[in-house]
Amino acid sequence: MAKVPAPLRGVQQQVGRTLTKALGLTEPVSLRRTDPDHVDVPLASGPVLVVGTGPDADALATALLGWGVDVRRHSPQVGAPAQQRWGAVVAVLTDLESPGEEAEAVLAVAGVLRDLARCARVVTLSRLPRPDDTPARSAARAGVEGLVRSLGKELRAGATANGLQLADGVDVAAPAVLGALRFLVSARSAFVDGQLLPITSDGVAPADWTRPLEGLVAVVTGAARGIGAETVRVLARDGAHVLGVDVPAAGEGLARTMNAVGGIALQLDITAPDAGERILDRAERAFGGLDVLVHNAGILRDKLLANMSPEQWTSVVGVNLAAQLAITQTLAARVPDLVQVSLASTSGIAGNRGQTNYGYSKAGVIGATQAWAPVLAAGGGRANAVAPGFIETEMTSSIPAVPREISRRASSLGQGGKPVDVAEAIAFLASPQAGGVNGAVLRVCGQNLVGR
Amino acid sequence: MTSAPSYSPTASPTASSAGSARPTPNGTAVVVGGNRIPFAKAGGAYAGASNLDMLTSTIDGLAARFGLAGARLDEVRAGAVLAHSRDFNLAREAVLGSSLDATTPAVTLQRACATSIEAAWDVANKVTLGQIEVGVAAGVDSTSDAPIVVSERLRRVLLRLGRARSVPEKLKLLGQLRPADLAPVAPNVNEPRTHLSMGEHQALTNLQWQVTREAQDAVALASHHHLAQAWQDGLFDDLVTPYRGLTRDAALRPETTAEALAGLRTVFGNDQPNPTMTAGNSTPLSDGAAAVLIASPEWAAQRQLPALARIVDAEAAAVDFVRGEDGLLMGGAFAVPRLLARQGLGLDDIDLVEIHEAFAGVVVATTTAWADEAFAAERLGLPALGTLDPARLNVAGSSLAAGHPFAATGARIVATLATLLARRRAADPEREAPFRGVISVCAAGGQAVAMLLEA
Repeated sequence: MAKVPAPLRGVQQQVGRTLTKALGLTEPVSLRRTDPDHVDVPLASGPVLVVGTGPDADALATALLGWGVDVRRHSPQVGAPAQQRWGAVVAVLTDLESPGEEAEAVLAVAGVLRDLARCARVVTLSRLPRPDDTPARSAARAGVEGLVRSLGKELRAGATANGLQLADGVDVAAPAVLGALRFLVSARSAFVDGQLLPITSDGVAPADWTRPLEGLVAVVTGAARGIGAETVRVLARDGAHVLGVDVPAAGEGLARTMNAVGGIALQLDITAPDAGERILDRAERAFGGLDVLVHNAGILRDKLLANMSPEQWTSVVGVNLAAQLAITQTLAARVPDLVQVSLASTSGIAGNRGQTNYGYSKAGVIGATQAWAPVLAAGGGRANAVAPGFIETEMTSSIPAVPREISRRASSLGQGGKPVDVAEAIAFLASPQAGGVNGAVLRVCGQNLVGR
Repeated sequence: MTSAPSYSPTASPTASSAGSARPTPNGTAVVVGGNRIPFAKAGGAYAGASNLDMLTSTIDGLAARFGLAGARLDEVRAGAVLAHSRDFNLAREAVLGSSLDATTPAVTLQRACATSIEAAWDVANKVTLGQIEVGVAAGVDSTSDAPIVVSERLRRVLLRLGRARSVPEKLKLLGQLRPADLAPVAPNVNEPRTHLSMGEHQALTNLQWQVTREAQDAVALASHHHLAQAWQDGLFDDLVTPYRGLTRDAALRPETTAEALAGLRTVFGNDQPNPTMTAGNSTPLSDGAAAVLIASPEWAAQRQLPALARIVDAEAAAVDFVRGEDGLLMGGAFAVPRLLARQGLGLDDIDLVEIHEAFAGVVVATTTAWADEAFAAERLGLPALGTLDPARLNVAGSSLAAGHPFAATGARIVATLATLLARRRAADPEREAPFRGVISVCAAGGQAVAMLLEA
């Protein structure tokens, strides 16, 4: 964040408060984030309340107990235990057949919303609507989405609301469900808000939930600084061997990033025709293989389309999209079970004035992710994307102060995210327990008010 | 990683730590790779950086490239020509500041401009003897952060002042000082015995060997064009890590032309009737650092790292430029023929030749001497090497275009040449004869070091 001169800081704060109040936005609080020395300890910021009746709720509560979490049940007769500051509320809505059946659980959640801890989590578990659902069932299932997104906008003090949408046949105690729930309950998902993550298969439980990437080899492009450098750190923290790639001109930062995690630096322009080959060769020589590919490298050449030069258009599409496609093409042929995570952007979802080129490339990343998903799934891999909203980086610090402040405030959490928030989402999608997530776009935007 | 040969009175092979083997003399040392920072001009991008800063960063870049963060290497051997007295343990301090394991031993050494090629030679010898498995040879120099010393008279008075006991004694000593004694002494690299600068020495050599302005400018032009092409081709993607915002060698002028070079005024030998040396055909004062990773082939294979080229042999020479007839920087005219003679090789057996371009005249005079039958017979007692095909010379540019931070140049050339030889080998894996390259680095004091690599 750019430093504002001391005498102006009060003015800046006042501008922020006035804006927040006038627009009915959230006053930001400092978010709970992972302590690298005590990963996932404590997992939640307080006891976890499981709302719902039936075998799914029972199975889920049992699984949570296995993680040493203080789990409490909500009873329809007695209500929730009193005098608690809930770290998380998990609403199990997997058995909805028609509208009206959700009311009991939803109102039970309503009853504890005033007793949430700071940075608490509300997570719904429901079923993914299907084209062949009856209208009533489809309505009941789809309705959860509107509930989650609206609740996200209502919660304060760093609390978030997110949902898991399980495909029919996916058990609530499947590793993919538990893994995603664990991510959403933990500090790792600090800036994920108002999101629904579809889970379409079972996934695999890691040997160690706090180091889920142990033994895996990950490649991160654009690793020298910002989100890329933070991704390298989080992947390494979670146990991965990391090969960092960036353009030769960024080599100094790349070396620093990679030495800090005992990784390897590869100075390479990803638009080079042999980029995929060189990445694979270096990863295989250094670490004996390649498991995870993070397409993070991206460039900005913002201009109104009316003023856009050919170079500004083609370079952005070339780096942000074409290079990714070529590299994955090469790697997928040799690593059939490749796990790919690509960086999309809210600009690619909602659009952003002056970013037609960037928006094209980032929407294109989402399209590519959805097309790679079945191809990689056939070999045992998967493809997902993370779409960051306003993140406090060197790049966004160059935005003028007022628009920057508006961008920060225009989210349910009332602030910008940090690179580590995006990195956490990438590490989650790279992990074996995210094996049930494929072709998804996970937004890390603090529930930015634009787009879905 | 590696364990030192351990002495055990019971001589039980199982008692020593796993993987520890007895030293195997007649082993092989290979260049695994290198790293340098782009070379800056004096007072340029690195004006605020010390030798220690640059060397540490260069070692860190090497560590990142080869995944050596936290690894214990057997030796780091490095030095600087313009050394501050506080940097007496420069190499070890750089290791301690780097991402290498702090138990990596280090040696600080100096052989003028041949410092890091000497370091590479030393490391290669230890590897070849089986005493170590892997080491780093490096050099660094800053002309921007050069030491400035006090006058000799002030220094003597200050030393005596420290020993003086009484106030009157101290006052008496201080009274001996004159205002002129207080002026700092700027550094220079003039030869202490002749008081001539290197440029003036080379001007004399150029006269002796009838080196023309045109021949010198042609060397300079080729250096800039070759280096620019190498950057363009990405040769340095795996050899250079940017530093302090500098991503390319600052002295490089890709667009320079013969006309532009011909238009420069002369700067050395201006007391001669036809001076020929300009800022274009002399190396600029530079700041920078370079390192090269040398290991046994087994160490490289274990880590799946490349063995770019084998360090075959090296030879040092020194000329008596004070009283004798040879020019200051003509050591290469002796070192290279002697090295090739010992290896039973002729110039035709050498695919690539790297002659450090301290001045363009050094390259011209040295190659002229190699071809000179009389010089070979009278001074070397060997047959002349013959005429060097210019297409084999400094094919990726050299010091005129890259710059010349004195102690860094040898490591720059060793890593670059090894990479070039490995590329030739990769392009033609069937060729029976090895791809050979020879290096000649001249140095102050009339010295030079030559080295033979093969891939």
